[in-house]
Amino acid sequence: MKRLLILGAGTGGTIMAQHLRKELDKGKWNITVVDERTDHYYQPGFLFLPFDQYKPEDIVKPITDFIPKGVDFVNSRIENILPEEHKVILADGNALEYDILIVATGSEISPEEIEGMKGKEWGESVFTFYTFEGAKALRDKLRNWKGGRLVVHITEMPIKCPVAPLEFVFLADSFFKEKNMREKVDITYVTPLSGAFTKPKATAALEYLLKEKNIRIEPDFAIESVDNEAKTIIDYGGKIIPFDLLVTVPTNKGSDVIEKSGMGDELNFIPTDKGTLQSKKYPDVFVIGDATNVPTSKAGSVVHFEAEILAENILSYIKGQKMTEEFDGHANCFIETGGGKALLIDFNYDHEPVTGTFPIAGLGPLRLLKESRFNHLGKLAFKWVYWNMLLKGRPIPFVTARMNVAGKDYN
Amino acid sequence: MDKLIAGKTISVTEEGFLTDFSQWDKSIADAIAAENNITITPRHWEVLDYIQNEYKNEVPLSIRKIGKSGVVDIKEFYQLFPMAPLKTATKIAGIPKPVSCI
Repeated sequence: MKRLLILGAGTGGTIMAQHLRKELDKGKWNITVVDERTDHYYQPGFLFLPFDQYKPEDIVKPITDFIPKGVDFVNSRIENILPEEHKVILADGNALEYDILIVATGSEISPEEIEGMKGKEWGESVFTFYTFEGAKALRDKLRNWKGGRLVVHITEMPIKCPVAPLEFVFLADSFFKEKNMREKVDITYVTPLSGAFTKPKATAALEYLLKEKNIRIEPDFAIESVDNEAKTIIDYGGKIIPFDLLVTVPTNKGSDVIEKSGMGDELNFIPTDKGTLQSKKYPDVFVIGDATNVPTSKAGSVVHFEAEILAENILSYIKGQKMTEEFDGHANCFIETGGGKALLIDFNYDHEPVTGTFPIAGLGPLRLLKESRFNHLGKLAFKWVYWNMLLKGRPIPFVTARMNVAGKDYN
Repeated sequence: MDKLIAGKTISVTEEGFLTDFSQWDKSIADAIAAENNITITPRHWEVLDYIQNEYKNEVPLSIRKIGKSGVVDIKEFYQLFPMAPLKTATKIAGIPKPVSCI
């Protein structure tokens, strides 16, 4: 019996288990998934939780609800990965040997990277919505907050879901308007980038929205420290920004076990072939989702598209054939803009987000890079799609793993 | 688009990043640096050499990586290339704008 071992039961690990259990002979291949957690989070929901738009129970379900029949789930911390020996050591010291390893251990926040970020104001006036607990604590804070300077801040790139902090400021603007206290809140968006986003056309659209909503942007800010006494953030160039409420996106890093295993780069992301998703160093190791260093967004839609490609490539690899499927970096993201509207962007390694129609060229019904109520409904509907289709490895109608250039307004 | 830099016609992006590294030389670097109010010292060259080398080896550049390079720490990197150091330094070094966010 051969073993395909999957580390991580998040979006990527779960979808891979679904795809490959359907394809691999049950008599020949054991599939085992290891994760230390028992809860699966719908991570896009972390954005809505602080504004009381989702309840905690909307976005948490047991991991085992999504592990397919015929797949073993091991609920354990991963102590180490020994790729030279083709085995993984669990917390109790036991080893799991593998013929193929899929690393889907994701990325995590690391506020410790910045001096003072996890100081005495952490949980008092310094928050993050990048974890379930953090989003819940921020919800409790916002329920009673009387207003002041709200600073929404990105520490460094790359981060999971690069549009999420922008969505946060848009939703905050709406939230305070609805509470009739917008004039009491001064919102500043602080980013290490030179604009709201890196891709030029999306940056222009998003900066227009920031201006319209009276949200100030502070670009090119590389944070050095958080001053808990003065309640300011300070950058390496000496710029100082005061806050009453800081909502920060800390440094995102791959899992600690990746660092321990020696497989990662300086942020614990694994050097991965951006087309085949095979580890650059170990042929029997494949990497999916946030755990990779491939140059596209760390986002659920990416992992979903990668999964189709990776499943095909692993089947080719098992047969000893050349891997022919190439991931194109496809990402598809709804961007909440507040007031019951959203934008949609669709892009890949080579094509930046532009205007157009999605998923059917010319018809839509969704509009790219334009605010609409329909896009917002799409984002809300996506929670159902996630739990009921995506995690179960079912195809989403008209939405393909590779990006479609038709229907997009490239010049 | 083309731009006249140090008396030579150089192909650059709208933001002023060279599109063809073979057109780069030290006089180009000095001219771009001057546009950014920087006078290149030997210390600047140590950082620029490092950045060019990383680019040649296809290593993606980030401020964090440069801070851990052993060549320069982030504080000094900011002193050498104020405001947006990675952007300014790569522009002077004649290499493309780093893809630090996607």
